[in-house]
Amino acid sequence: MADQRELLALLLEDARQSTADLARQTGRSEAEIEAAIDELEAAGVVHGYQAVVDWANADEERVEAHVELNVELDRETKYDDIAGRIANHPEVETLRLVSGDFDFAAVVVGDSMRDVSGFVADRIAPIPEVTQTVTHFVMDTYKHRGVDFGGDGDDDRLSVSP
Amino acid sequence: MKVADRVRQTPPSGIRKFFELAEEADDVISLGVGEPDFSAPWAAREAAIDALERGRTSYTANRGRADLRRAIADHVARYDLDYEPEREVLVTAGASEAVDLSMRALVDPGDTVAVPQPSYISYGPTATFAGADVLPVQTRAAEAFELTADALREAGAADADVLLYCYPNNPTGAVMDADDLRPVAEFAREHDLTVLADEIYAALTYGGEHDSIATLPGMRERTVVIGGFSKAYAMTGLRLGYALAPPEAIEAMNRIHQYTMLSAPTTAQFAGLEAIRACDDAVEEMRDAYDRRRRYTLSRFREIGLDCFEAEGAFYAFPECPGDDEQFAEELLSEEGVAVVPGSVFGEGGEGHLRISYATGMDELREATARIERFLD
Ligand SMILES: Cc1ncc(COP(=O)(O)O)c(C=O)c1O
Repeated sequence: MADQRELLALLLEDARQSTADLARQTGRSEAEIEAAIDELEAAGVVHGYQAVVDWANADEERVEAHVELNVELDRETKYDDIAGRIANHPEVETLRLVSGDFDFAAVVVGDSMRDVSGFVADRIAPIPEVTQTVTHFVMDTYKHRGVDFGGDGDDDRLSVSP
Repeated sequence: MKVADRVRQTPPSGIRKFFELAEEADDVISLGVGEPDFSAPWAAREAAIDALERGRTSYTANRGRADLRRAIADHVARYDLDYEPEREVLVTAGASEAVDLSMRALVDPGDTVAVPQPSYISYGPTATFAGADVLPVQTRAAEAFELTADALREAGAADADVLLYCYPNNPTGAVMDADDLRPVAEFAREHDLTVLADEIYAALTYGGEHDSIATLPGMRERTVVIGGFSKAYAMTGLRLGYALAPPEAIEAMNRIHQYTMLSAPTTAQFAGLEAIRACDDAVEEMRDAYDRRRRYTLSRFREIGLDCFEAEGAFYAFPECPGDDEQFAEELLSEEGVAVVPGSVFGEGGEGHLRISYATGMDELREATARIERFLD
């Protein structure tokens, strides 16, 4: 399993690396790397590969909100049932069940604040089991998926040193 | 103004020239950097900031803060080293100061210091400044740049007084495990050599645990182990290192240190303490990253036909290059914008090789190795 950890670390660092480069860094053959990635995907360990975007620097307007949801369960309705109904909306980027003061933590995205609040009011709040929603609009992102958006990345080391 | 003879007679290091060439060139990717590309772990930096905020800006005890000395003693126990924090640990301004102090405290003018080569560039001059004669002992690619008793014997090191080496090695990336060190230890005991073991890269050993010569029978009493924070914790600029040795050696080194340095940088000592206490995971992450780059670099060299022995420590590879290494490095820089250090800079046995530092990001390594490939075609 050490191999899986290493491969995941490499993919998390940069999923765009070629299998040849992954092979070079792990001392395995390209065929082995391809098989290992297929296995990660088949086992549902890796669900996809995405860019880490700093929307503040993109041309497009994009609004993101963290939404806390409280729900009421009954004998026929479990968390999973409600989660499915919420997660099916493409506006819901992330949905997690969490411990603490509320049940679900969602991330909702849209083109504007009105868009996002409208979505929460019209699509989420009316779900019968949902008893309360609290919407927090994201105002600034400093770090996302381990990437520091503020870092200048400057290398101030001497170019050649002992 | 008159400059002292021993200084005038010591030429500036050959690295300087390549530094100047690299600074002049445009769009340079450097594989010539002898320090980590990471910053010190945040917890260590925060401890330094906190110490400054609380106004902890005075000198410390000459030997370093007691809590730091205890932490260092605990830390090196992982290498089976057992040193008493009060009398056998000295905190210094970088491993560099520890090398200098051990030389000045343990070597008399006219004594001979055996230095395996290729080697870190400071050893020879430091010995010279201490008034000692330097005896180069050559290590070879065919022996994975390990130091052998035969090489010591051939060089005449039986008559030397001190042996100064570093494994994991700068510039070759070679490591020596206990089995490799045993004949060297035997040679040192037989010929009564003091051993200065620069183990600053101990944490950056891939594939096996680091072994210290001081753990071998009869060696503790004749060895000064030199360690530091620069490489493992990416703290080069904070200037913090240490020496571990029997009380009489530490006492002697501290005699010089108390007159010439007073104490190692206080802010750095706070950072170092936190580094030891809280940064093992960060060190492991950096080491894993170096290891991946190491394998990448060595495998690219194999593909493009640069012969390179399997470097297993520090963050250097030491491939052979076609033709004269200085010329190769100069042309590689001017034609492809890749800076490397020619092996001959590191002394005998370095010629015909290049020191490649893989303490650089994967994108740079990819581009640099592609440029080297193009250059070789
Ligand atoms: C082998 C070796 N020893 C010592 C040093 C200097 O270490 P410090 O920064 O602790 O003075 C270096 C730095 O390049 C080194 O490579």
